Amino acid sequence: MGDGDSTGSAEPIRFVHRGRVREIRGVDPNTTVLNWLRAGGLTGTKEGCAEGDCGACTVVVGEAAGGRLCYRAVNACIQFVPALDGKALVTVEDLAGAGGALHPVQRAMVEQHASQCGFCTPGFVMSLFALYRAPGKPDRARINDAIAGNLCRCTGYRPIVNAALVACAGARNDEFLRAEAGTLALLGSIRRERGLVYEAAGRRFYAPVSEDELAAALLREPAARILAGGTDLALEVTKQHRDLDTLIHVGGVRGLADIEESASHLEIGAAAPYGDAMAAIAAAYPEFAEVLRRLGSEQIRNVATMGGNIANASPIGDTPPLLLALGASVVLRKGAARRELALDDFFLAYRKTALAPGEFIARIRIPKPRAGLRFAAYKVSKRFDQDISAVCGAFAVETGGGIVRAARVAFGGMAATPKRAAGCEAALTGKPWNEATVAAAAAALERDFAPISDMRASARYRTAVARNLLWRFFRSEALPPAEAHVLRYGT
Amino acid sequence: MAKRRTGNGAAAGVVHRAIAHDSAEKHVSGAALYVDDVPEPPGTLFAAFGLSARPHARLTSVDLAPVRAAPGVVAVMAAADIPGKNDCAPVFADDPIFADGVVEHVGQCIFAVAAATVEQARRAARLARIEYEDLPALLTVEDALAANSLLEPPQVMKRGDAARAIARAKHRRAGRFGIGGQEHFYLEGQAAFAIPGEGRDMLVLSSTQNPTEIQHVCAAALGIPDAAVTAECRRMGGAFGGKETQGAFFAAVAALLAWKTGRPVKVRADRDDDMEMTGKRHDFVVGYEAGFDDAGRIQGVEFMLASRCGRSADLSLAINDRAMMHCDNAYYLPNVSVASYRCKTHTVSNTAFRGFGGPQGMMAIEYVLDEIARALGKDPLDVRRANLYGGRGRDVTPYHMRVDDNAAPALMAELATSADYRRRRAEIADFNAKSPILKRGLALTPVKFGISFTTTHLNQAGALVHLYTDGSVHLNHGGTEMGQGLFTKVAQVVADEFGASLDRVQITATNTGKVPNTTPTAASAGSDMNGMAARNAARTIKARLLPVAAAELGCAPGAVVFAGNRVRGGRRSMTLAALAKKAFLARVSLSAAGYYRTPKIHFDRARWRGRPFYYFAYGAAASEIVLDTLTGEHRLLRVDILHDVGQSLNPAIDLGQIEGGFVQGAGWLTSEELVWDAKGRLATHAPSTYKIPAASDCPADFRVSIWRKGRNREAAIHRSKAVGEPPLMLAISVFHAIKDAAASAAGRAVRLDAPATPERVLLALEDAAAAADAPKREAAE
Ligand SMILES: Cc1cc2nc3c(=O)[nH]c(=O)nc-3n(C[C@H](O)[C@H](O)[C@H](O)COP(=O)(O)OP(=O)(O)OC[C@H]3O[C@@H](n4cnc5c(N)ncnc54)[C@H](O)[C@@H]3O)c2cc1C
Ligand code: FES
Ligand code: FES
Repeated sequence: MGDGDSTGSAEPIRFVHRGRVREIRGVDPNTTVLNWLRAGGLTGTKEGCAEGDCGACTVVVGEAAGGRLCYRAVNACIQFVPALDGKALVTVEDLAGAGGALHPVQRAMVEQHASQCGFCTPGFVMSLFALYRAPGKPDRARINDAIAGNLCRCTGYRPIVNAALVACAGARNDEFLRAEAGTLALLGSIRRERGLVYEAAGRRFYAPVSEDELAAALLREPAARILAGGTDLALEVTKQHRDLDTLIHVGGVRGLADIEESASHLEIGAAAPYGDAMAAIAAAYPEFAEVLRRLGSEQIRNVATMGGNIANASPIGDTPPLLLALGASVVLRKGAARRELALDDFFLAYRKTALAPGEFIARIRIPKPRAGLRFAAYKVSKRFDQDISAVCGAFAVETGGGIVRAARVAFGGMAATPKRAAGCEAALTGKPWNEATVAAAAAALERDFAPISDMRASARYRTAVARNLLWRFFRSEALPPAEAHVLRYGT
Repeated sequence: MAKRRTGNGAAAGVVHRAIAHDSAEKHVSGAALYVDDVPEPPGTLFAAFGLSARPHARLTSVDLAPVRAAPGVVAVMAAADIPGKNDCAPVFADDPIFADGVVEHVGQCIFAVAAATVEQARRAARLARIEYEDLPALLTVEDALAANSLLEPPQVMKRGDAARAIARAKHRRAGRFGIGGQEHFYLEGQAAFAIPGEGRDMLVLSSTQNPTEIQHVCAAALGIPDAAVTAECRRMGGAFGGKETQGAFFAAVAALLAWKTGRPVKVRADRDDDMEMTGKRHDFVVGYEAGFDDAGRIQGVEFMLASRCGRSADLSLAINDRAMMHCDNAYYLPNVSVASYRCKTHTVSNTAFRGFGGPQGMMAIEYVLDEIARALGKDPLDVRRANLYGGRGRDVTPYHMRVDDNAAPALMAELATSADYRRRRAEIADFNAKSPILKRGLALTPVKFGISFTTTHLNQAGALVHLYTDGSVHLNHGGTEMGQGLFTKVAQVVADEFGASLDRVQITATNTGKVPNTTPTAASAGSDMNGMAARNAARTIKARLLPVAAAELGCAPGAVVFAGNRVRGGRRSMTLAALAKKAFLARVSLSAAGYYRTPKIHFDRARWRGRPFYYFAYGAAASEIVLDTLTGEHRLLRVDILHDVGQSLNPAIDLGQIEGGFVQGAGWLTSEELVWDAKGRLATHAPSTYKIPAASDCPADFRVSIWRKGRNREAAIHRSKAVGEPPLMLAISVFHAIKDAAASAAGRAVRLDAPATPERVLLALEDAAAAADAPKREAAE
């Protein structure tokens, strides 16, 4: 874990580690935190997949938020080292106190017999450490969410969940709490007033702190790639072994991660991690938040953004169908110019969007709930947690006097882009909201799409599920939630 | 030697106690070292592979010049560069390290590169220019059966006259279904680190269940004697059978590149390479026909088991043998015939995986019993119980071994009561009648699993124990630690022998230089065999100490007792350390090798007769699921398990094996789906697409008990029973609970292949509905 040689940019990456500010120069900005740690001899953090799916590489990143220190678990395998700038890093080696006294989560893991082969264990310990330091007393469901991004092949998870319950039961008074003021002071000392310009190994990494700086940098560097959470982008390096020569990181841009509400809209900053956007979305559309709860894992949601999900334009991204159904729009900015575009007009073809070179997504505008509107969204995958959708369906139907006034139905996984079901919507609109209408709409839906077969699902299954999700949307109106959806059973 | 259960001193109860895994504190603090964590000496190189993109092809041109010229590259090796034997197969010399002229699966290794960094090696490997001339490829079991492409002639095991019994039976049922394979997904991928020593010496650190085989394969590849190679493994980050033979290739590559460059070489497969290059659990096609009476008792049954073995034999013959030997599970089959087809295909060579064929064999009979129950409109539990071993003349397996430790009837009865099966069955029927979208399902299934390698000579183990003059003990044995707690259990056994506290026993890495000629840690037999071998070593040392102690303590040798880190005789006692020191001064050896071979077992494979197993391990599970009939999604609601581990050596570790094995088995039968495309490429080669259970897949209501009445009739170590594999098969109850819910939704039995993914379940429901409609439609026409 060398601090690198002194070639490259004059400006180092700075972050807090083990009670002091580390300054890093000369480390290729495409280097992941995981590889950097391991190359420096900190081998407690493991690689199990290098794609964010197993959690063996989990480390915790601390940031100042509202005068407190907020710790979040992240996947070190898909975080680039410069993304640590301005933050505090905690790895599994750092948890034990003086003389090697185990941290309460480590002690609980040992006492609950929660490790077998031990390879997943450092990652779990770090996820549990973040949970331990987070407010609130977690129940089983919360714990399952907190470790959904950590795979264990040995234990079957029960002892790990128990360890979490035990560790979080008492007063959470650890050395990190005691050191909080000191850490906050160090973080304050490395806060940037101007963006970071970092260069090493012939590659550049910009981290602007204002929207204007960002807009200018993108105009200057039209070939640069925007880096938000990196949960799509970093995989180009770790899986496809590509080089990303110029990166512009939006994570530190002030204002770009804000979440605001107007009378009519919810406005999500494009760079807001899902974790920060969840509460506001849940208040407006609980069903939307439930899909977000199952999007990736806690580690992913701690860094991944809706802006990245939209810009990535994957046909199986989860938020686009929901946003399409809700009639959301995106605010785009290029240089000083801003435009608002309905999401309907954003996805042009497979992985092709209306974004112009040098343009970025600034905000996502979601209309708020209104009387007569019913919204639901369903994500269907092989595994409930931390899986990519085979089909994700979203339904927004406004009725009045028993008649469908407006219907917006959109799917992921059914076409080359996230897409609305035009025939289905037409079959619903203006018709009585009843079984016969839904049957006609379901038939129309089958004509709306010609999905593909792949490892996630066959075309036949996708078609059947899309149809059935419409039925679920209709039938669940008359059923208690616990009888309408398997995930609600018993609740 | 007399047993001491004195209850005084630290040593009392060191066995049969819930003691934490020896490495637990290292695991949680990141201090446990796995192969890739071992610090690299300066000059260490890193390897990457060049893999076949075709399932079956002649290599018409392999141009490695661009690889050699890439930045950082120090060496490139292909088949022609191997000084010794180009083979890493465990049994039949049919696994070339590097493909020679022909490739036989996508992901087969053609060459390897060593470079200064991992990234340089991986990038260089992609620069090779390889030209293929495609040959016809057989990708599936059905392809291979049609082409009669088999590794060996079909094996047939018979007892009685199944065809006649079926023909005479009042009821008959026949069918065919598929069982998917399974990726091991050990969290630590395959890894090896070869460090050249003086002259021809080579030290190979390997993540392996079989260090001796690593030693042999590396020595043969280098063309040097076995004695020049030392293989070592401190721990694996999971293995599950996937490192029984599959580590050999990676170790051989490391050793070859280290030999070629004279520098240490680390080899670590990234996840995608690992999943493409290494074998998995065999997928099976099962055909069956059964004849049965009104009670659902089987009178005769015929099975056709066909498995996809892949491009080479690996351990496939033994795996398929075990599948055959487990298609009785806990049931007496009066007339039975099992024909087994070991299909050679142009896919990765499948290998050992927890259960080793047993799970697929058990699935076959459990599926049949479920079908019988549905045909008769009976509760499947009643049909299962009616068919159990037990009662006059109903105690002989299809391979003519007597079942004389039959615990299944008692276990199932106890579980049916503790899990409240009857009441829940009725309650579920009520619920399903009223619930339009969600349906619940319940199933209770037993496990009877044979313990011992069916390849008899593998049932031997060795250990090495030293007592030092400070009273501390050095423990080494041929077993490997993959998370199953073997090292802890064997240490408990040895501590117990010396009356020492566990912290006095130093656990050490498995090393072929210490204990030679070992067999793989597999077949669940690790603690049974290594525990015994280590105990024998300890007892040898104790026998030498007794006269010394008797003389020191002034008592008869028979009165000497080891307990509490002390040695007592009459009213006097001394520390173990003091005794060790006295023995040293008296020129008594304090080091011993121990050896064990499993007694009583024998098997004649030509006649399919014998006693392949020392004993059976038993268990039973009741699983309840809820199924969403709109999507086929399902969730495990509650699981009750009662499992027989004899007298547990360590209940905490055993519970961990039971729970972990069950969840792994549930993954195999539900969400873990291996998908190959039409070109023979694995489409699910990473956790983004291959879904092992996550935390929320573990049932919220999970009631797991070690069977209190469990006791091993045989003199296994401290009367415990093996526990590594058997619990995996408890998860067969999950599959049948899903099938139960689906049948309830469809109003008739559904044909369901494993894994029961949401897609499979929904399409099974649609197919059943279409089949139900077909006669109606015909009538209407
Ligand atoms: C383990 C794992 C699980 C996942 N699970 C899911 C899932 O369940 N559902 C799902 O939908 N996705 C999933 N993803 C994909 C990914 O997490 C999401 O698409 C995420 O929203 C991407 O956001 P990000 O901030 O990480 O984007 P990045 O990776 O940083 O960027 C993605 C792309 O968007 C561009 N971009 C980012 N921000 C902007 C902006 N403001 N303006 C213009 N362009 C921009 C980038 O240049 C890049 O091309 C998963 C990924 C991983 C690794
Ligand atoms: S290594 Fe698997 S999530 Fe990072
Ligand atoms: S303990 Fe082995 S993967 Fe979790």
